[in-house]
Amino acid sequence: MNPDRLKNNERPLVLANARVIDPSRKLDARGSVILADGMIVAAGPEADSAAVPDGAEIVDCRGAAVMPGLIDMRVFIGEPGGEHRETFASAGQSAAAGGVTTVIMMPDTDPVIDDVALVDFIARRTRDTALVNVMPMAAVTKGLKGREMTEFGLLQDAGAVGFTDGRHSITNALVLRRALTYARDFGALIMHHPADPDLTGSGVMNEGETATRLGLSGIPKEAEIIMLERDIRLAALTRGRYHAAQISCAESLEIIRRAKKAGLAVSCGVSATHLALNELDIGPYRTFFRLSPPLRSEDDRQAMIEGVADGSIDVIVSSHDPQDVDTKRHPFAEAADGAVGLETLLAATLRLVNNGDVDLLTVARALSTRPAELLGLPGGRLTPGAPADIILVDPAMPWICDGEKLRSRSKNTPFEGARFEGRVLRTIVAGRTVYAYAGD
Amino acid sequence: MNELKASPAAVFAHRHLLGIEGLLPAEIIALLDLAEEAVEVSRQVEKKKAVLRGRTQINLFFEASTRTQSSFELAGKRLGADVMNMSVGSSSVKKGETLIDTAMTLNAMNPDILVVRHHAAGAVHLLAQKVGCSVINAGDGAHEHPTQALLDALTIRRHKGPIHDLTVAICGDILHSRVARSNIMLLNALGARVRCIGPSTLLPKGLDRLGVEIFTDMRKGLKDVDIVMMLRLQRERMDGSFVPSVREYFHFFGLDAEKLAYARPGALVMHPGPMNRGVEIDSAIADGPQSLIRDQVEMGVAVRMAVLEALAQNLPNG
Repeated sequence: MNPDRLKNNERPLVLANARVIDPSRKLDARGSVILADGMIVAAGPEADSAAVPDGAEIVDCRGAAVMPGLIDMRVFIGEPGGEHRETFASAGQSAAAGGVTTVIMMPDTDPVIDDVALVDFIARRTRDTALVNVMPMAAVTKGLKGREMTEFGLLQDAGAVGFTDGRHSITNALVLRRALTYARDFGALIMHHPADPDLTGSGVMNEGETATRLGLSGIPKEAEIIMLERDIRLAALTRGRYHAAQISCAESLEIIRRAKKAGLAVSCGVSATHLALNELDIGPYRTFFRLSPPLRSEDDRQAMIEGVADGSIDVIVSSHDPQDVDTKRHPFAEAADGAVGLETLLAATLRLVNNGDVDLLTVARALSTRPAELLGLPGGRLTPGAPADIILVDPAMPWICDGEKLRSRSKNTPFEGARFEGRVLRTIVAGRTVYAYAGD
Repeated sequence: MNELKASPAAVFAHRHLLGIEGLLPAEIIALLDLAEEAVEVSRQVEKKKAVLRGRTQINLFFEASTRTQSSFELAGKRLGADVMNMSVGSSSVKKGETLIDTAMTLNAMNPDILVVRHHAAGAVHLLAQKVGCSVINAGDGAHEHPTQALLDALTIRRHKGPIHDLTVAICGDILHSRVARSNIMLLNALGARVRCIGPSTLLPKGLDRLGVEIFTDMRKGLKDVDIVMMLRLQRERMDGSFVPSVREYFHFFGLDAEKLAYARPGALVMHPGPMNRGVEIDSAIADGPQSLIRDQVEMGVAVRMAVLEALAQNLPNG
């Protein structure tokens, strides 16, 4: 274990003159945040008059926002098995620079995270090498094969924060039914990628006019809609906790709204990329825009934004998926899915705020408080006693994304050259500064 | 629309020919006019021109082709280029070499023109971004096959005159057809009325947004058309995956004399080849008086000469 992380010998920190954003108590107000011993001591207007701890470093935030560090519920990391794409160290640096203080790692590794020993390995390895918290979700089924359940109880005890088959969809309804039922006994969340592989077929992008013009085979929205509808029925049947990893179209949002209205323990996520881009951005066969679920129409993108604004969509994820030139430098139909996103998650999401579609508090909730609630994590809030996982953000600072400067080992960003407003100035994990903005 | 006679190659100011989409009507017409001259050259005893003398043309085919590859080869040679054929097929790919690796290797040999066919849509675009020479798309997946559309247009124009007065029906497997897409773009650009006819399983979503009328009944679709373009249906798509059987397909969508009778008198029949006789087209029609299928092959060489010549004008030091 990294001794620095253990000792936590950081000086107490006072972030004064800040815009304090705490979605857990709907707070968006001028104030201070006081950190000591890796925890939050006080935050908000009331902290202005609180006692300053001895030897504290005092920072004048000049009105910049202090908010809970991001908890990214869908991150693929190459390690173990694909270290040339990403390691815990590089993912950690990328996350720190993007304001992500907790990375929820998908089990699609080699070997697959379906065994207690693997969860253990990841906990130790990330403590040693990653700048931020990395927590694994374990596989729902052994080897992600969609057949036999993994040891939910033991895996959870070892530190798995939830269960998912990652990129894979569980096609066998009985398997998912049993998983939802059994997970209920442990209060565990089942996160699923709803995409019917038969309907997806050889499809590589959203079905419709654009795909037809490009001569690419399309993925109908029904591949997602039908499986999501099935999943919701199973959630109703089992009363299990179900989370759709990512939805991409208006019809899926309607399904989620209906399920929530019916009082089911159902939640869902959307990727920041799907909030910022649509299928037309693929342009001349740009493979960095090849994603799963695929980028959909502009109407669908608008629906996703509405879903975030009214809270029907619970969380915003990066769906960070590092891919190397060996998997991306191919014709579109032969390239791998996925884009990196840890470093652009906040900036891409802040487009919604800067466009006036959603307020900062709502966005912060979907990026931190809500994921923490769903996974039962202590973070995602600025309340006394919560871990000092926080970020300092200038929500209006302009910058241009340069793929080559990304800290991820892979540079497959769909935001190359994109103009963003909103930059992380400082990232703090357990009271320790793991990233500080030092100019572009 | 007036099919103006502009000084042909000068109008076409592109480095590559990757597709019909994006070409202006005047550019298409300039290429067709240039191709008319190439037809004359090809019918002389002395068939050689010197516009590509000293130039190297590589035909890079990742997908087997007899007709298109030999047509490009002959076109290049008639213009004086050194032509090399590379059938990559599977050998390099099996060794793990990517498309781009192959392209970079060839690029290092300093070709002037690369003619590329690939089984994946967009592969030729990708390649064009990575090499320093002119690239011609000889077919990429289900995306485009621009020289096929140009040769079809030339064939039509020589028999029917200006294209903008005509109604053209494209019949069969539109879903998988690059020929259909390029023809839709070109015929629409020149103002023709375009119809697509086929079973719904072989019509892509959003096809109606491409400016075509859609029919699933061949007799209705062929009514009063001037040109019938048949498409090849691959055998593996007739085994119940897209259509139930060969005989059911031929019954409803195979072109025979009875169905052709619904078209305008004197309507002409085309097929990009290779044909499945008795599947999408009856032999009697393919070889009959209304068939332009053999003309298409001759026009293929002429159109490819025109494209090569037009691109040659824009080559460095050209």
